[in-house]
Amino acid sequence: MIPTQKNAAPPFADLLKTDIRAGPGSIVKARLDRRCPPIHLLPVGATGTQHLQIEGQLTSLRTLSIARSPQPKPPSAWLRGALFATALAFLTTAPTPAAANDIKAANFLLDNGMEVVVIPDHRAPIVTHMVWYKVGSADEPPGKSGIAHFFEHLMFKGTANHGAGELDRAVAEVGGSLNAFTSYDYTAFYERVAPSAVEQMMSFEADRMRNLTLTDDVINTERDVVREERRLRVDNNPEALLDEEVVTTLWQSQPYRIPVIGWMHEIEKLDRNDAVAFYDNYGPNNAVLVVAGDIEPEAVKALAEKTYGKVPCGPDLPPRERPSEPVQNTRRTLTLSDGRVSVPIFSRYWVVPSYRTAEPGEAEALDLLARILAGGNRSRLYQELVVKQGIAAAADADFEGTMLDAGKFSIRGWPRGDAELADVEAAVDAEIARIARNGITSDELEKTKNRYIRSFLFAHDEQDSVAGMYGATLATGGNGKDVEEWPDRIRKVTADQVKAVAARYLVSDHSTTGYLLPKEN
Amino acid sequence: MMTNQLRRAIPQALPSPFGQGWRLACWLPVLCLAIFFLTLPARTARAALNIQEVKSEKGITAWLVEDHTLPIVTLQFVFDGGTSQDPADKEGLVNLMTGLFDEGAGDHDGDTFQVRLDDAGAEMSFHARPDGIYVSVRMLSQRQDAAFDLIRLALNRPRFDQEPFDRIRAQLLSGIIANEREPHAIGRDAWRRRLYGTHPYSRPPEGTKESLARITPADLSAFHKAAFAREGLHVAVVGDIDAKALSARLDQLFGDLPQKQALAPVPDVTPKLGQWTLVAYALPQTSLQLAFPGIGRSDPEFYAAQLINDILGGSPFTSRLFQEVREKRGLAYGVSSSLEGHQHSNTLVVTTSTRADRAAETLDLIRQVIKELVDTGPTAAELDASKKYLIGAYAIRNLGSSRAISATLLRLQLDKRGIDYIQHRPALIEQVTLEEVRAAAKKLLSVEPAIMGVGPRLAGDSE
Repeated sequence: MIPTQKNAAPPFADLLKTDIRAGPGSIVKARLDRRCPPIHLLPVGATGTQHLQIEGQLTSLRTLSIARSPQPKPPSAWLRGALFATALAFLTTAPTPAAANDIKAANFLLDNGMEVVVIPDHRAPIVTHMVWYKVGSADEPPGKSGIAHFFEHLMFKGTANHGAGELDRAVAEVGGSLNAFTSYDYTAFYERVAPSAVEQMMSFEADRMRNLTLTDDVINTERDVVREERRLRVDNNPEALLDEEVVTTLWQSQPYRIPVIGWMHEIEKLDRNDAVAFYDNYGPNNAVLVVAGDIEPEAVKALAEKTYGKVPCGPDLPPRERPSEPVQNTRRTLTLSDGRVSVPIFSRYWVVPSYRTAEPGEAEALDLLARILAGGNRSRLYQELVVKQGIAAAADADFEGTMLDAGKFSIRGWPRGDAELADVEAAVDAEIARIARNGITSDELEKTKNRYIRSFLFAHDEQDSVAGMYGATLATGGNGKDVEEWPDRIRKVTADQVKAVAARYLVSDHSTTGYLLPKEN
Repeated sequence: MMTNQLRRAIPQALPSPFGQGWRLACWLPVLCLAIFFLTLPARTARAALNIQEVKSEKGITAWLVEDHTLPIVTLQFVFDGGTSQDPADKEGLVNLMTGLFDEGAGDHDGDTFQVRLDDAGAEMSFHARPDGIYVSVRMLSQRQDAAFDLIRLALNRPRFDQEPFDRIRAQLLSGIIANEREPHAIGRDAWRRRLYGTHPYSRPPEGTKESLARITPADLSAFHKAAFAREGLHVAVVGDIDAKALSARLDQLFGDLPQKQALAPVPDVTPKLGQWTLVAYALPQTSLQLAFPGIGRSDPEFYAAQLINDILGGSPFTSRLFQEVREKRGLAYGVSSSLEGHQHSNTLVVTTSTRADRAAETLDLIRQVIKELVDTGPTAAELDASKKYLIGAYAIRNLGSSRAISATLLRLQLDKRGIDYIQHRPALIEQVTLEEVRAAAKKLLSVEPAIMGVGPRLAGDSE
């Protein structure tokens, strides 16, 4: 599909998907370890509720006595990030409205290692309740592609305490919505409900964190659902088919090469044993709770201790150390010709640093570079290729930087009229080379920053966008401060830094490109 | 990227009667079918929704929810008369026009206009839908002077200069060409034509290669003049602005527009059901859709229809179709039904995508589920659960953000609901009886539907 609506407002719903900011740093401290807190640090007190374990899961779970403190402790660290005020201050010299200070995030840790972020927003009687697990497709064992996503589906099946569909019905009864998603580095589950239903949601989530019932019946049917999901998203669509293989070619060693949904031949073989083994990743010590909306941090803390706080710590999990990429010395290309294609597309990818792996400022510079190239109708590619030269129908650039390991940068272009795909490709290369050689103007940088920070402000209109920013950041090794200080860091990027990342990373001789072409019958 | 995140279930990317442009235009939650799920929670909200009706000196009316939490003003408005106003040989005219409002206005050429709007910290987008032109604006309240002034210019004095006109038309043309051999896009076009014959709803909203070539900038100016008038205007505003300030802004934006619209009459149309369409293509998965009669939002039986739709396939994870097709048999990733309401036609549409080798089985199953619902009706427990869902879901789906709220306020005005509708709505749903829901099931779902498949020929299909 060609994005012809070049003047559409930024897709804020998508912020959850691709625009989540993160970076290294430490406020509580970036929690990269996923071990249970040492026993001797646990407060002494009553033993937490022991949930019944079923279906052979006992063998894979370590039962820890976790206690609640007799008195609610003051939160270990309250983040008082005045997100909006901070961002606004960077956007403009005008006085900051006092009301903007109302957005604050609180952050604390439960005794069993579960992290909690609360972002109060009292505009409407709605709460977005999300549980993020620090496990995604890049954490799958070899040969088991798709298990992370498949397991996400299985989380909606019955537990020892609740039958399959009970959560769905409970959410429907209060008019809420729920869903879940899986990515390379995380898997998240969420419910959107009235504040009065939050405790019930916590209780359901805490229950399915450890008490899932996994039977062959349930697994066989759900595997068929996932196969249909793969057909819908990938196999039925030539662009997606090509994209999948381009990404697999881009990464030679890093597990990001494996599609999140999994390869069909491996999905078909996933079984109960695989699911049971993968369940080890689900425990409070590997989870982040994000609650945004009409609720106070104190209330969240009390409810979370009552529900999640009683879930025993899961097994200690190994550090998330994955194979990393070798240096790329070639230009790799892939071609798919398909009878459904009438307008060809090229998409070019590079491995680049992520917010977690980059030198200070580099990831921010890459984020700005993507927007300088193709962020709306004032961007370089739009102005040069679509307006001036008139050879492209559209051009896109994207930096995926909220990753535990390296990130990726991509550009795609569609020719228009009599122009050839090669013309568009050459013009894109020329524009990147121009930035790498001559840099960007200070005006261009300033306006791109303003636009980008503005989109961050506008994103605060949507609870899920804000919750998503925190969740993805914390699940990929960042912390709340990384989110809150992001506008500040964007503001500090210099024109030289943008020029440097273009020159260093966007080298077309060391890129991976897919060509989707018509097939002449 | 497409597979970066996978969701448990998302709305299906299936052909909608109004195609891709239609779906893109559906980003406003309320303006899509989510609108059907409304109400305020029984709980006394900390943030109660206080809707004010603001009337300007020049008589422009807007619904406003003041909210000074964030320094943002969100504005959404509609001019009646969307793509169904396209002349028969100039399909795509209205859609093309909506691509040009930030390409020059008043004394500003496109470049100047875009730079100034950007500097003002405002975003503005236009979307053509079958029955209206939807405009969405959001701005930082502290820079609203400049923003309102630019939007006033765009609405009152768009230039439709030749260069941007040619460019945007060429972009749209590329989109049309890109879809020429794409079976689902072909299916969308076929579906519209089969359902609506020669009615304006049958036409492709983005136009055709031939029709786009016939459109001139003068056509756009003429339509702008005919449609952008105070009479067919509906306005909703949420955010950091009070009633007094808004009143002045309304006159600034709209006060100089002509009083009356000059639109072509669009007749009501009954979609042609009881037919079967196959867009044959060797795909691993077959998309299916079934169209039944729908019901208008002002119809007294609307709530009963809404409840039966919810029980059948409207409720995301608990509906009968979801349970039977996905949960019990794993035949599809998504299956749902929705009431699709337009000004001149209503349908209830069931959609799914299912493995090609078992598509016939899935279709039979869907029809069996529907038949059972018609024959024996929903149970009292199902009705009760559905009522609770429809009542509770209103706030959560429609009042969660400034955008959602303003879209809701707009929808309520378009549906001619009273300003206190949100308070009454729970009772309207509560009072629907089991008999009424069963009657609605019979009325809508016992009709032979229009069915379309996109994929390989179905087993046993004789066509």
